[in-house]
Formats: sequence, C-alpha cells, structure tokens
Amino acid sequence: MRTDNFEAPDYYLLDELLTDEHKLIRDSVRAWVKKEISPIIEDYAQRAEFPRHIIKGLGEIGAFGPALPAEYGCGGMDQITYGLIMQELERCDSGIRSTASVQGSLVMYPIYKYGSEEQRKKYLPKLASGEWMGCFGLTEPDHGSNPGGMTTNYKDMGDHYLLNGAKMWISNAPFADIAVVWAKNEEGRIKGIIVERGMEGFSTPETHNKWSLRASATGELVFDNVKVPKENLLPNIEGLKGPLGCLDSARFGIAWGVVGAAMDCYDSALKYSLQREQFGKPIASFQLQQKKLAEMVTEITKMQLLVWRLGTLKNDDRASTAQISMAKRNNVEKAMWIAREARQIHGGMGITGEYPIMRHMMNLESVVTYEGTHDIHLLITGMDITGISAFR
Amino acid sequence: MKILVCVSQVPDTTTKITFTPDNKSLNTAGVQFIINPYDELGITKALELNEQTGGGTVTVITIGGVDTEPNIRKALAMGADDAVRIDAEPTDAFFVAQQIANYAASQNFDLIFTGRESIDYNGGQVGGMIAELMNLPHVNVITAITVNGNTGTVERDIDGGREVVEVTTPFLVSAQKDLCEPRIPNMRGIMTARTKPLQVIAANGSEKRTEVAQFQAPAPKSGVKFIDPNNMDELVSLLHNEAKVL
Repeated sequence: MRTDNFEAPDYYLLDELLTDEHKLIRDSVRAWVKKEISPIIEDYAQRAEFPRHIIKGLGEIGAFGPALPAEYGCGGMDQITYGLIMQELERCDSGIRSTASVQGSLVMYPIYKYGSEEQRKKYLPKLASGEWMGCFGLTEPDHGSNPGGMTTNYKDMGDHYLLNGAKMWISNAPFADIAVVWAKNEEGRIKGIIVERGMEGFSTPETHNKWSLRASATGELVFDNVKVPKENLLPNIEGLKGPLGCLDSARFGIAWGVVGAAMDCYDSALKYSLQREQFGKPIASFQLQQKKLAEMVTEITKMQLLVWRLGTLKNDDRASTAQISMAKRNNVEKAMWIAREARQIHGGMGITGEYPIMRHMMNLESVVTYEGTHDIHLLITGMDITGISAFR
Repeated sequence: MKILVCVSQVPDTTTKITFTPDNKSLNTAGVQFIINPYDELGITKALELNEQTGGGTVTVITIGGVDTEPNIRKALAMGADDAVRIDAEPTDAFFVAQQIANYAASQNFDLIFTGRESIDYNGGQVGGMIAELMNLPHVNVITAITVNGNTGTVERDIDGGREVVEVTTPFLVSAQKDLCEPRIPNMRGIMTARTKPLQVIAANGSEKRTEVAQFQAPAPKSGVKFIDPNNMDELVSLLHNEAKVL
C-alpha cells in the first residue's frame, strides 16, 4: 500500500488567486482522498472494480453537484470550487473523478436546469448525498461524435412513454439508480427522460476488459419497450442543446480534473528523480531529466492558469462552449504528455502499480476521447474562429 | 459539556524553515499555516465527546492576528460551534496562557483541551500554565478520555504501560496522538462555518516573560561513510579525528 505524500506544485503562486474557502475545500478533499482513496485505488484498479463504499464519503465531501443550490442539498459553491474538487479527485484517479462529474454535471445539472420543481425536489437531495447514483445516456453504438443521429426513441402511449434503443460507454451505468437518457420523440426532437432502475425492460450490462478507467464502472443502457411515467420527462428543454449544455459543465470539470492527474505524475517524477541514483548521483542532476521536469511544471502552470481563468468566466456565466473545448482539449493533451514523460523518469518502476503513472496514463486515454474527442474539440475551435463547421 | 479547545497555527509540516536576517524570528514569507495537529485532535475529541452525549458546545480560541482566521474557519467547519480570537501576537507561552485564562475565567467551561505541544516551537507549556492560572486539575499528553457526569477518566501512555487517571470537572487535558483520528471538514461543515460566530477580543493585561535571543538551524546532515569491517584502525581514527567522540 502506497503512502500518499503528494505535494501540489504551485509555481506561479496561484493559491493567491483562490479564496480561503476554495483552499479549505480543496485541502479537505485532498486530505479525504489521501485517507480514504489513495490507499485502495491501485488495488481496485488492478481488479477492475469501482470502490462503491466511497460513494457516501464523496457525497459528504461535496463531490456531487457542489455548484448547485443549497436548497436542493447541494453545496451552493462557485465553479472554481467545483473545478478544484474535480482536480483533487482526478489527482488520485480519473475513474473516481468520472463517477463524480457524471453525477454532478450530467445527471444533477440537467435535472436542475431542465427539470420541473417536483423533479428537482425528488432527485437532487438524494443524488447530492450519494444515496442515489445516476448516469447519463447520450452516446449510442453507432452515434458518438454525431449524437444528433441517435436512434433511441420514445412513443406517447397516452398515460406513459414507451422507450426503445440502446446507449453505450456509460459511466456509472452498472450501479446507477437512475439514468438521464436523451431520446427522440415521434417528431424526431431530442428530449431528456429520467429512467429508473427496476423499470421493466431496462437493463445495464457492464462493459468488461477495459484497459482504462478500471476503477470506474462502465456499461450499456438497453431499453426494450420500457414504460416510463410521463412525469419523468424533463419539461424545459428540447434539442441537442440539452445534452450539450450538460457536456459544457462536465468538460469544464475534466479540464480541471486532468490538472490533478498531471500534478500527481509530476510530483511523483520529481521525488523519484531526486531519490533514484545512477552514476553516483540522483538522476535529477542530469540535464535530460531536468528538461522533462522543467517542461512538465511549465505545462502544469499553463494548465492551472487556463482553468482558473475559465472558472472566473464560468462564474460570470460568460464561458463559451468553444472556450471550454479549448481548455478540455489542451489540458488532457498536456496531461497525457506529462504522464508519458513521468513514466520515463520512473524507468521500469513507472510501469508498476507501485507508482500511479501508468494508471493515470491509461485513464487519460479515455478522457481524451470521451465528452467530445480530441479532434472534435479542435474542430469546435476551428469553427469558432472561422465561422465554418468542418465536421458537419 | 461546555468545552474550550485552544488552537494555534503552525507552519505546514513540509515547510522549509528559514529565519529573518537577525535570526530572531521565523521567516514567514511563502509559509502555509495549518492548525497545530495536536490541537486538531483536541477539536475532534471535544466534538466526539459532545456527540456521544448529544449536547453541549465546543468553542475554539486562538491568540493571533487576522491571518489566523482561515484556520479558525476550518475549526468551525470541522464542527466547533463558535470561536474566539484574541487579537494579539502569541509572543510567548505565558502571554498566551494568561490571555486564554482571562477569557475562560468567566465562561464556566467543563473541560479545556490544548495540544500536548505546538509542532513549531514545541514548548508544551501553555496547557499547564492555563491550568495553574485557573487552578484547574491538569492531565497532560492523554491518549483516551471519557466523561461520565462530573468524572473524567483519562488515559496516558507511560513507560512500559498505561496510566488511568480520574479527575473531576472542570479540568484541562492536553491531546497526544492516538487520542482520535483528526476530523476532515465536509461540505456541510464548510457551508455552515460561514455564519458561525467568530468573536474578536482585544488582548488584556499580561506580559511576555521570555525573549528569543536567537534561532539556529541544525547543522546539515553529513553523508554516511562505509568502513570495511576489517579496517578498525580507520574507524577509530575517524571517530577520534573527525567526529571527535573518542
């Protein structure tokens, strides 16, 4: 069992840009993660199992919907707080952060933003505490980057809706109590609908043999003539902007989260390089190792600045989808590069579970693809600056 | 129970300690301050004691400037009910103890916690001084405590065993590791801490009795020398000429 001695790099004294409460929350989440998750994460990842016993703790520490209003049992905090919590969770493991960001951004956020007051009151407090867990169904086997092509659909049967179709690559699916599912109505318009576990014809087979996000549960959602009560339809949204609005929130969390993964790789590499000796001196004395470390901390500093600024924009409700795409894309790419450089600094040890590097590296292979692929995010920036879509 | 917990802030344990050019005080530039870990145990245990009986209050008190307030807020987020800050620099143990004793004298606390020592100056004197100034029983360096009615049962580790002490309220104890697991603030605690009362009081009537003449950093550790077991002459020579212990 690895003792977690993580120390966060803060090369540009960015802590001075945070409030005392930001720092208190971040440090509390960090302490909680070190105590409750770090000692077990490697084992769960090796066994490809999600540590379900941490859900209650995640709820208590505020990881589920911290920026949603306190009247629904949430934190009522700002967007930077949400980002910092995602950073601290992903500092330990992207799979744990995924569980939390799906719950907060993809399940609670649409219920809050697009749901009725009854739906908010019914679902949000239980989701905030972790008593209920949720998942989000958008991607389908044949529709990933093009979600508008979805075939999952529902028919109005008078006193209920009849839902049919399938969703794929769904984090939290195997244990979720509810699913926020995006499906087309009879007019072909995309609507959000809340499906609850236990509804006849609804199943959630688990996706096995992943080499990535092994400590997070992934599955499919299968709807075979599922009768869904009419009150489960999200009334206040129609069209693709519904799910895309959720993804803005989740991608914002990813942009922050991967800063955590990058910081963990850097911190581990820096410490290893100072302790590992070759040719009679620490490998940190060699120029090529210093180059790696110096470039890593430079990139981390840029990533930190990017998300901090994005957080201030989002607090003012001024962060655009394209700005969020840029941060998600840049930060995931840099985190992947940092993980690879850190792996090399660790030499052979870097491929073992003694160090978190390879786990982060494999996790980031999912993160670079989900919630908008690396390429699509680039094309979103391209479309934003030229006014021309290159992907439709 | 009505419990007071004395809290000081100390440099984070990973701080690289340097001193001001006159070597008379800590160079605080860039230093992160945290709640003294032994005081955190006191806060946690005080909360646990009251949670077991389902009543009472926990007040935290700190001597310090406005820069201590983030850590006071953390204590409130852990679950303390209210806080008092005596607005003065904590210059020495007697000054701190007298400020706390002055405040506590009129408050009828059943129990007062301090840490066994602060991990910066490691004086370990404040608890004993408060107890003496208030004429309270004092059990220091405790690893367990229960309170039943007016009787506290307190455990201390001693050489080769454990001492169990009975003491009547009001009394003062100092917390040692193993007393409990320090509590980590949760979201609900942090949210409620915003509006919990934090009273700021001016320092009143006491003076410091010690003066720091100089701080000195310990000499850097020298490297390890390996000596062939068959070469005892070299070992003796090094111990005599270099280490100068023979």
